[in-house]
Amino acid sequence: MLKLFKNLTKREFILIFFSLVLIMAQVWLELKIPDYMSQITKLVETEGSQMNEILKNGGYMVLCAFGSLIATVIASYFICVIAASLSKNVRKKVFDKVQNLAMNEVKSFSISSLITRTTNDITQIQMLLSMGLLLAIKSPITAIWAVSKIINKSWQWSTLTGVAVVLMLSIVGVIMVIVTPKFKRIQKLTDRINGVTRENLTGIRVVRAFNAEEYQEQKFDGVNDELTNLQYFNQKKFAIIQPLMFGTMNILTLFVYFIGAKLINSAEVTGRLEIFGNMVVFSSYAFQVIMSFMMLAFIFIMIPRGQVSAKRINEVLDEETTIKDGSKDSEKADEVGTVEFKNVSFKYPDAEDYLLKNVSFKANKGDTVAIVGLTGSGKSTLINLIPRFYDATDGEVLVDGVNVKEYKQKSLHNKIGYVPQRAVIFDGTVFSNVAYGENGKDAITEEDVKKAVEVAQAKEFVEKMENKYDTHISQGGINLSGGQKQRIAIARAIARNPEIYIFDDSFSALDYKTDSILRKELKRHTKDATSIIVAQRIGTIMNADKIIVLNDGETIGMGTHKELLENCEIYKKIALSQLSKEELENA
Amino acid sequence: MPSEEERASVPKSSQRGFGGPGKGRAPAEKPKDFKTASKRLVKELNSFKVSIIIALALAMIGAGLTIYAPNKLTLLTDEISNGLNINTNFSMDMAKITYITIVLACVYFFSGLFSFIQTVIMTKVSNFFAKQLRSRISKKINKLPLKYFDRHQTGDILSRVTNDVDTIAQSMNQSLGTIVTSITLLIGSVVMMFVTNGIMALTAIGASLIGFIGMGQILKKSQKYFLARQVELGKLNGHIEEIFSGLNVVKVYNGKKCADEKFDELNQSVYDCNRKSQFLSGLMQPLMAFIGNFGYVAVCIVGAILTMNNVFSFGVIIAFIVYVRLFTHPLSQIAQALTAIQTTAAASERVFEFLDEEEMDSQNEISKCLDKNNVKGKIEFKDVVFQYDNNDKPTIKHFSAIANPGQKIAIVGPTGAGKTTLVNLLMKFYEISSGEIIIDGVSTKELSRENIHDLFTMVLQDTWLFEGTVRENIAYNVKDVSDEKIEEVCKEVGLHHFIKTLPNGYDSELSENNSISAGQKQLLTIARGMIKDSPFLILDEATSNVDTRTEELVQEAMDKISKGKTSFIIAHRLSTIKNADLILVIGDGNIVEQGNHEELLAKKGVYANLYNSQFEL
Repeated sequence: MLKLFKNLTKREFILIFFSLVLIMAQVWLELKIPDYMSQITKLVETEGSQMNEILKNGGYMVLCAFGSLIATVIASYFICVIAASLSKNVRKKVFDKVQNLAMNEVKSFSISSLITRTTNDITQIQMLLSMGLLLAIKSPITAIWAVSKIINKSWQWSTLTGVAVVLMLSIVGVIMVIVTPKFKRIQKLTDRINGVTRENLTGIRVVRAFNAEEYQEQKFDGVNDELTNLQYFNQKKFAIIQPLMFGTMNILTLFVYFIGAKLINSAEVTGRLEIFGNMVVFSSYAFQVIMSFMMLAFIFIMIPRGQVSAKRINEVLDEETTIKDGSKDSEKADEVGTVEFKNVSFKYPDAEDYLLKNVSFKANKGDTVAIVGLTGSGKSTLINLIPRFYDATDGEVLVDGVNVKEYKQKSLHNKIGYVPQRAVIFDGTVFSNVAYGENGKDAITEEDVKKAVEVAQAKEFVEKMENKYDTHISQGGINLSGGQKQRIAIARAIARNPEIYIFDDSFSALDYKTDSILRKELKRHTKDATSIIVAQRIGTIMNADKIIVLNDGETIGMGTHKELLENCEIYKKIALSQLSKEELENA
Repeated sequence: MPSEEERASVPKSSQRGFGGPGKGRAPAEKPKDFKTASKRLVKELNSFKVSIIIALALAMIGAGLTIYAPNKLTLLTDEISNGLNINTNFSMDMAKITYITIVLACVYFFSGLFSFIQTVIMTKVSNFFAKQLRSRISKKINKLPLKYFDRHQTGDILSRVTNDVDTIAQSMNQSLGTIVTSITLLIGSVVMMFVTNGIMALTAIGASLIGFIGMGQILKKSQKYFLARQVELGKLNGHIEEIFSGLNVVKVYNGKKCADEKFDELNQSVYDCNRKSQFLSGLMQPLMAFIGNFGYVAVCIVGAILTMNNVFSFGVIIAFIVYVRLFTHPLSQIAQALTAIQTTAAASERVFEFLDEEEMDSQNEISKCLDKNNVKGKIEFKDVVFQYDNNDKPTIKHFSAIANPGQKIAIVGPTGAGKTTLVNLLMKFYEISSGEIIIDGVSTKELSRENIHDLFTMVLQDTWLFEGTVRENIAYNVKDVSDEKIEEVCKEVGLHHFIKTLPNGYDSELSENNSISAGQKQLLTIARGMIKDSPFLILDEATSNVDTRTEELVQEAMDKISKGKTSFIIAHRLSTIKNADLILVIGDGNIVEQGNHEELLAKKGVYANLYNSQFEL
């Protein structure tokens, strides 16, 4: 938790300092009040005192109260600003951090957990701070100050108060010990709730097609039950605190009076008034002492839940990303538009088996290199190494003759136009989706977008839409068909005008005709660009300059379509499964 | 002299309050939405009525006891004061004092006990209410028509399940019991004050009146920030979900700056709403503390005057000092509870908004039912027209076709021609605008959605897997599937070997961080479809992530299970559909050509053109 405070800026530290001063002033004023109270009590009790005196003391008391009000208001404003800005800054940091993580790191947190961490967990911290920070500063000050005021009044009263405080604190302590471990589980279950709901939302069509609504609901109910029971268990324990606090306060006052009565009874008649005055003052200070210790206890109760959230946030912030930014900009490259793999092997950090073994090839400027292979042979993994979603375990991946690790990621990405298997559509318009991001050159113009959409064979349907390029399309892109989404995603890559295109099985959602026209147009539009294509369809790749056949992460064939048909058994099988012999020969 | 001014001003302001203690009671005008939301909340809480009433009764008794106590305390201090009087020879009656002390201790104990039980009951109510809401949202998701999800962000719905419901649970727990206790305390202490002394009562209430007014003003202002905060939080959540889900694209396109800009903007609005709503709600407590002290002084001064004039004893002042605390304490509690209720109202408004969304058409009138095991397998599309809500023209235009039992029907056509839409209509995911689809002579309009879903096995290109074991993913929602059956299916689609290499075989957990390729995921969904085993089969680009060799294997297996079944296959890869009995070529929402592969090639039309394009450069 304290670690999170490192995210406070100078301005907020200054605010904390001022809040501290203000709260001290406020406590001082607040503790002045019982003094005036006792003065007033004494005056009222003493016969023949002047009304003037009472009014004067009353006036001072109101002034103190007013001063304390003003100080509190300002301090609490500062604290709201501190809490809100801390949560804002931390949220920003987490958001930033997640964007810089390697894809496997993101996956190991799971996306729904990252979402809860960025929203729910930070809200928890913010709530804790906005409610707790004021108390955290105020209670110890009040406690110490109030204790010092009453410590010398009477040992009987002091002991009584001491016992009450110790009693209360130990009960609170026991509750904390019981409750704290559950908080962690609660946040985990919140992740789960989020996860199960997200799963239902993303798979809505499958859920319905399988009539599995009930299945999903049962799963949700399972998590929901556990979450509710744990929350209830914890809060039941907390329920004891408030009555305990007020009970103790009331009974303490009662006993202060009771002991007072005994003291007065046994004292000399002349000293009785003195004791009576002390009694009234003591009971109001004792009230303050108990109150402040209780507030302190409250904070200690709130902290564990905050602590859990803080830890979850810190886990993200502390995650050492394995993808370190290099220093090279792109200007002084010896080569342009080349991609080279030199003995590249890859496995996930904790995995035993290599997903890629010793892959080497080079794509020159303007080349089209295709990667084919059976399902699970490592095709996607291979091309994911180029934009550094992962880093190669062994060997080197070179772009424009430079190891990708040496580039600034931004510069590396500026060279690349990447289209994933599953088209990503952002909430926005067609235009904003195609003109997405930046490419290190001039901003993408309307002209560029129109051209890109045309090349991607999306012009026809885009221009048929109600607002054409300004039509709103949603995150899931459900109002677009799979092929339309994919073409928007392809247009996005084209609009970037990159040196290197990476298509991760991006054409399979398109029909042959569109696929073929699109690739033809693309070739025409980007004569010099290099393309790395993962594909299933032979038709898509047969004209590639180089085809790499992967099997279990190893290269088992490399060459042109014709060469491979002759010397690569697996390639031949793949090809024959799609086209007849004659068709292959005629092509 | 400043003291004189003060002297003049203090009684004046308290005098001003004499006019109407009742006027300021209710916090001034509330926003309309707040009213609606609270009314709704009360209605929704109906099922917890008994618990709530018990809790409230306990709260009232507890509070009643608390009010009763100061009266006794007066007796105590009066007894003590007796001993102070130098002129009299009376000394304190220690026995009486002990008696009063014991009675009071009991009163305090029971008041505490009741308040404890009350809190536990309310905790239970709020937690189980929250649970109910979450569960209702989850059920609601499955009752909404698909078109709802065309328009709404996943992240915002998620925010309702977690953030909003959490907020409701937390703040309701704090507020309901407190409000009742406080109101009881408030009314009780007012009554007791008037019983004890009228003038003093008016003084105390008058002094607190300013507090009421201030509170009303603050409440009025802060309500809108509370709602805004929940809304902004939802938006922010939506954006975060979107960016995290599409992270690979964000990275490569250097879209970070763009994502950051939007994030910063939303983050800033959340910050503003947070700061303002928190500050305004934070104002209540100190304001009430001030009013408490102010009331104290007013009571003392008026009390002193009256005591000096021998109107009543000193004990009355002591009692009033406690009453003022009792009176202003619930005020600040009410203030706090009202902010909590505001938050609850704001959050519940969003939850109820979701729960109130229009659901899919009711199926009450559906009487017909087709038995899965007795279906012949004929499907007829009759002049089907369909238009998406937000489109200005139909996606499917007067589509008519017949699929005979056991036929393998392929649907091909350019992207966006309406292929997937046809499947959506067949599955009754969307309602047809006009025309009908007839299964074995029964219109789908007369069949329930569940019944239709039961008749179809559907495998989509979108490979949806969930966190759970491989086994759970494959035997999804099908009960009593034997291990042998699962293994058999996996062997057929060529997954068995892969699954065996996983650490726990069929019991391995699948999660987002598994390194399963898209093709393997697809095979898992195909296996899932094969387990379901229904009379109709829909494959919507089901094999496009799988290499063609594997596809051949899958197809052999599929052919085996689809023997005698009517199947619909959508595929771009024409090798997949070459052997279909009937190929429907769709263009722009209608059939442009139909026939089998050879016939269509001979026609040299759209299909031939499409087919040949795969050999072109």
